[in-house]
Amino acid sequence: MTLPRLASYPHRHLLGIEGLAPDAIEFLLDLADEYVDLNRQVDKKRGTLKGRTQINLFFETSTRTSTSFELAGKRLGADVINMSVARSAVQKGETLLDTAMTLNAMHPDVLVIRHQDSGAAQLLAQKVSGSVINAGDGTHEHPTQALLDALTIRRRRGKLQGQIVAICGDILHSRVARSNIHLLNAMGAYVRVVGPPTLLPTAIERLGVEVHTDMEKALDGADIVMMLRLQLERMQGAYVPSFREYFHFYGLDHRKLAHAKPDALIMHPGPMNRGVEIDSLVADDINRSVIREQVEMGVAVRMACLDALTRHLPDTGAEPAP
Amino acid sequence: MSAESKNPGLKSGSGGEPGRLVAYLNARLVDPASGLDAPGALLTVGGEIKDFGPRLFVDGPPSGVASVDCRGHALIPGLIDTRVFVGEPGAEHKETLASASEAAAAGGITTLLCMPNTSPVIDEPAIVEYVARRAHNTSIVNVFPMAAVTKGLGGKEIAELGLLKAAGAIAFTDGDRAVASALVMRRALSYARRFNALIVQHAEEPALSRDGAMNEGEVATRLGLPGIPAAAETMMIERDVRLAKLTGGRLHIGQISCAESIEVIARAKAEGVEISCGVSPYHFALNETAVGEYRTFCKTSPPLRPEMDRRAVVAAIADGTIDVIASSHDPQDVESKRQPFAQAAYGMVGLETMLPLVLEMVHGRKVDLLTALKAMTATPARLFGLPSGAIRIGAPADLALLDLDVPWRIDTERFRSKSKNAPYDARPVQGRAIMTIVGGRLVHDLYTA
Repeated sequence: MTLPRLASYPHRHLLGIEGLAPDAIEFLLDLADEYVDLNRQVDKKRGTLKGRTQINLFFETSTRTSTSFELAGKRLGADVINMSVARSAVQKGETLLDTAMTLNAMHPDVLVIRHQDSGAAQLLAQKVSGSVINAGDGTHEHPTQALLDALTIRRRRGKLQGQIVAICGDILHSRVARSNIHLLNAMGAYVRVVGPPTLLPTAIERLGVEVHTDMEKALDGADIVMMLRLQLERMQGAYVPSFREYFHFYGLDHRKLAHAKPDALIMHPGPMNRGVEIDSLVADDINRSVIREQVEMGVAVRMACLDALTRHLPDTGAEPAP
Repeated sequence: MSAESKNPGLKSGSGGEPGRLVAYLNARLVDPASGLDAPGALLTVGGEIKDFGPRLFVDGPPSGVASVDCRGHALIPGLIDTRVFVGEPGAEHKETLASASEAAAAGGITTLLCMPNTSPVIDEPAIVEYVARRAHNTSIVNVFPMAAVTKGLGGKEIAELGLLKAAGAIAFTDGDRAVASALVMRRALSYARRFNALIVQHAEEPALSRDGAMNEGEVATRLGLPGIPAAAETMMIERDVRLAKLTGGRLHIGQISCAESIEVIARAKAEGVEISCGVSPYHFALNETAVGEYRTFCKTSPPLRPEMDRRAVVAAIADGTIDVIASSHDPQDVESKRQPFAQAAYGMVGLETMLPLVLEMVHGRKVDLLTALKAMTATPARLFGLPSGAIRIGAPADLALLDLDVPWRIDTERFRSKSKNAPYDARPVQGRAIMTIVGGRLVHDLYTA
């Protein structure tokens, strides 16, 4: 079945995957696919966003996501400004709206925000006149990560529909897991989640996933094995007793991977804790691991999102604040 | 209100002067304490109820007596609100005793019990006296301060319950904090017996609720918000029931919010344990889906629960397992609420919306009128030892005249409260207080205000 093609992405913001229609997701992936080709050329520059201002507002430290957004904006010709607001300097989110209002007065066309609190991107979107892209809010969503994961899978497998995807590890604290669950379900994949019971959110099955606590059962016949980073501070919260025990039961090694399909792909949103959630031999297995490809897709996906969202902005620039 | 031609009416702000007689005519007298619900009249002299009944003034009031034509509306004992956070002292920008009392009067509330979570904390006899004196000077309704169970609300050392009670503390609670230590709770319940003092617990096991922002479940999982399981509440109530049994102390659970807690309370009551409990309007008027896309006005403690729990709460009000309905009025300024959800303050204002939200259950035929009103009048009066809460000869003339049926929309901008943090804006409701009388004095008059 072919879905009717959208002429454009129908929203002003990208705050999460939940609630996006499959054809809107498809549109972004198609557009991103074209940017993959562009990014492999010597001249990677386009003028699509010429004259536009993009501000990357990062309340949490990030290397790859902020770099990826910066590069995406620059390749499309936007003026990109990076603002890192270290958590210590922020008085418990209090300055989020103040910062937003200040920045809004400078008429940015796109605000890319990463924040430690769930809902921060939504709160910001209510207050600014440009487009907002959620680059990760608390444990809520990380939509561009899910899109880049989907693009990686689609390019390797030709489609998302029918793929059995096992998402493994700290589901509870993972915005990547939530966005991926919504996206993969919307596109007709089968999603399984697996982790120790302490790291599985209550009622996660209500999001339409198969829930496992045994890694080998979760990987049985899987097409895609998506590993999540284990936050190192989880030991203090008594979620897991030790790295050693965690790796024994939930770390991805060749022994556990043998239960997945022989050509199963291995994914990880990075940064990896080698020896904690993933064995180096697996992570670096060039036949199986698509972890570096995910990074490449990241830039293309973010270009697609910037391109799609700015098509909704008036040509005269952002509307003045009321 | 029109008055009989030969008699003067009652003007806003007047009444209650010693010896002054006021007649309330053509009323529907509703008194949950005695079960009375009949047409009749009522006479106050000074600050007291002098007489009432179906036969009173059938031939018209004696001349020279001020009279109020109730036009068939319900004249009830003024509501008693046992759980009110006031910003005074310490956060007067959120609410003062004066502004809280105006809001209370508008909601048909004639007595409010203020919580000790102030700055400084109400844990010293001098502060109890200060709050009572400030209230006396600035408030248009009766205010009784509750004092802390533990010094500084710290949960470690019990406060001077005896001296605090002598200074006027009506009961003891750490407000929106649980007395977490089983040992401290045991000692407090035990020691309070000497003074026949009521201990009011905020039932939430802090180890399970501390990092939480909303009810644990599907909605929290979707929103990526840390959850608070219902078990955090239920296990604390179970523990405290055992401690009440062990000590013989009087225990009141300030708010309960879920079906399992209701079961625990019902079981304990059946065993004869001295336990009672209250509920906040948000736990019967809303469920967790109201949090929607991070609406911080819906962040409460305990959190809003799933629909099945909300229904259980309504049923428990109807069958009397829940004894008291209290507003849990908790004023918060814009800065405390315009935050990412996890950072935002807990609480909702409720003085002006409690009555219409309770009447929703009455109009929806889930709870009968007398039962609903009893939970805000006779029962809190009995539990907290107040002289009001009933239409009785010699009782304080604390009354509310309700139009039970008038349709209107809640308008948060028109709240008398200094804070507007309630998610009910534009909600269509039915019924409101058209007059509120405290000690014979008319303090709220909807149609002439």
